Amino acid sequence: MSEVSEMKATRDAYGETLVELGKENPDICVLDADLSSSTKTSEFARAFPERFFNVGIAEANMMGIAAGLARSGKIPFVSTFAVFASGRAYDQVRQSIAYPGFNVKIVASHGGLTVGPDGASHQALEDIALMRVIPGMVVIVPCDARETHLAVRAAAAYEGPVYIRLGREKVSPILKPNHSFEIGKGTVLWPQLSEGSIDDLIERKPRSNPDKALFDVCFVACGVTVLPALQAAQTLEDEGISCLLIDMACVKPIDVELLRKAAACSRMIITCEEHNIIGGLGSAVCETLSRIHPMPVMRLGVNDEFGQSGSAKELMQAYGLTAEKFCEEARAFLRT
Amino acid sequence: MQESPTESTEKIVRLVKEKAREIRVNVIQMTSKAGSGHPGGSLSSADILSTLYFGGVLNVKPDEPLWPDRDRFILSKGHAAPALYAVLAEKGFFSKDLLPTLRQLGSPLQGHPDCRKVPGVEVSTGSLGQGLSMGVGMALSGKLDSKEYRVWVLLGDGECQEGQVWEAAMAGHHYGLDNLVAIVDHNHLQIDGRIEDVMCPEPLSEKFEAFGWNVLSADGHNPIDLLNAFGKARMTKGRPSVVIAETVKGKGVSFMENKKEWHGKAPSPQEAAKAIEELMSREI
Repeated sequence: MSEVSEMKATRDAYGETLVELGKENPDICVLDADLSSSTKTSEFARAFPERFFNVGIAEANMMGIAAGLARSGKIPFVSTFAVFASGRAYDQVRQSIAYPGFNVKIVASHGGLTVGPDGASHQALEDIALMRVIPGMVVIVPCDARETHLAVRAAAAYEGPVYIRLGREKVSPILKPNHSFEIGKGTVLWPQLSEGSIDDLIERKPRSNPDKALFDVCFVACGVTVLPALQAAQTLEDEGISCLLIDMACVKPIDVELLRKAAACSRMIITCEEHNIIGGLGSAVCETLSRIHPMPVMRLGVNDEFGQSGSAKELMQAYGLTAEKFCEEARAFLRT
Repeated sequence: MQESPTESTEKIVRLVKEKAREIRVNVIQMTSKAGSGHPGGSLSSADILSTLYFGGVLNVKPDEPLWPDRDRFILSKGHAAPALYAVLAEKGFFSKDLLPTLRQLGSPLQGHPDCRKVPGVEVSTGSLGQGLSMGVGMALSGKLDSKEYRVWVLLGDGECQEGQVWEAAMAGHHYGLDNLVAIVDHNHLQIDGRIEDVMCPEPLSEKFEAFGWNVLSADGHNPIDLLNAFGKARMTKGRPSVVIAETVKGKGVSFMENKKEWHGKAPSPQEAAKAIEELMSREI
């Protein structure tokens, strides 16, 4: 993949990575349902026309065809908008792909509010929930182009169904060039670590008062909310509120060990996601912590409603997915 | 002395008929023992399944179920699972001892086929309308790899009310999949009544024709007729074929024939005994 130093959409990184994978492995095939120029599978279509199938506006059929290809040893990547991949074709994903455990990679673009002016009909705010409850489905929501590149490669190398949610808008690079991605692992992005291990952090941070938690707030975010969460952590830190930020790109399987450690050294958890607060990352975190370390968790996201038209920026503001809002919520909670 | 072609055909037909009777007896026993299941549509498809597996149509290896060059068979109408299990066991994919465990906790023989549990089951089905799409995917894969295998998909006629069937039909023609054959078990009944009354999918032949398919018809209970149609399907180049197989729901058990009530109801032990007696008393 080309070096990521500027703003780039995760879907663009996907298009490039697919071409890479296509060169490396002749079993990679790609399917799209008339959105290839938007999902960026068009790049693969140009490079490998014989392995690209545009099935027309028929998402259910596309999932079935992918299942058949996978049963015959191919590694199909299936792309359309997140709202159609997860909603329109839900039964096909469940019955034809996940139940038999077929090796299909569903890479859905245009997830969340940041689809923008197309409005609620095209804004998937339930897809993480829908995909997460399917047994055996891996669910990944990368935060930038680099993480997308790594996640798509990890998905190709993994045997079994995977759902990756990408976005429409260009996003800033967040992760360092040496960032690694592993299915089932989260990453500590704040405080900045040389090794990236939370254990080092816990050891390094002086503990003057043993009763005081190491961190006042632990943010757990995925996708486009990672950047505002990082900005919020920086702001709060300046105010004397110590913060931890986990990029939980892999929502399922969730990194239980990292959550256990984070929970043990934090006063509260704030989850941030461009998704309904029901069923997504926040729910996954709560489900995990209620079992291993019950503690206060605040779930920030879209509060059980549909989106609307507007620019991506306006929508993120209107639905409270900004660094300012995350800071406000953290301060308010810590005051209580 | 070499057999004449007629003698050899007669032998095959006799075998297909014997195995079809065996499938029917097993369907009755299995569903009766399970106390639930779908005898009607299993019985209507028994001759089709027997012809595919014992009429020399499907090239499969029971001791190597995932042999890469195998012909693929997809039971899109997954509720006919008892008939599929019976024919697979008869063919030697797994022991017949398993058959009485149909629908029981822990049994690989789920109410609807699970390809992860049963050797010979190509894909998991049960949610109607999805098998033909998977067939398109397998046929595409065969073309990509220049494989000789063929993909056979058995659909229900009621199932053709599902829109996805027609999405797949469109794709099968678009990709010129002459290695794909659909068979419609045209028994005219679905759970709630006659297909024409519930939601008429007719005329099926014309619909498939309009979608660009080579349309063939056959008596779905006559092995020779089916073999002829399958042979024609094999010879067709450049587009997929569909065989509309005229069948009778509940075929072979007089009190079940053409009765929608027997779509998804298991026979009682007495009914099962009566059904088996009738099946066994009939001449092959």
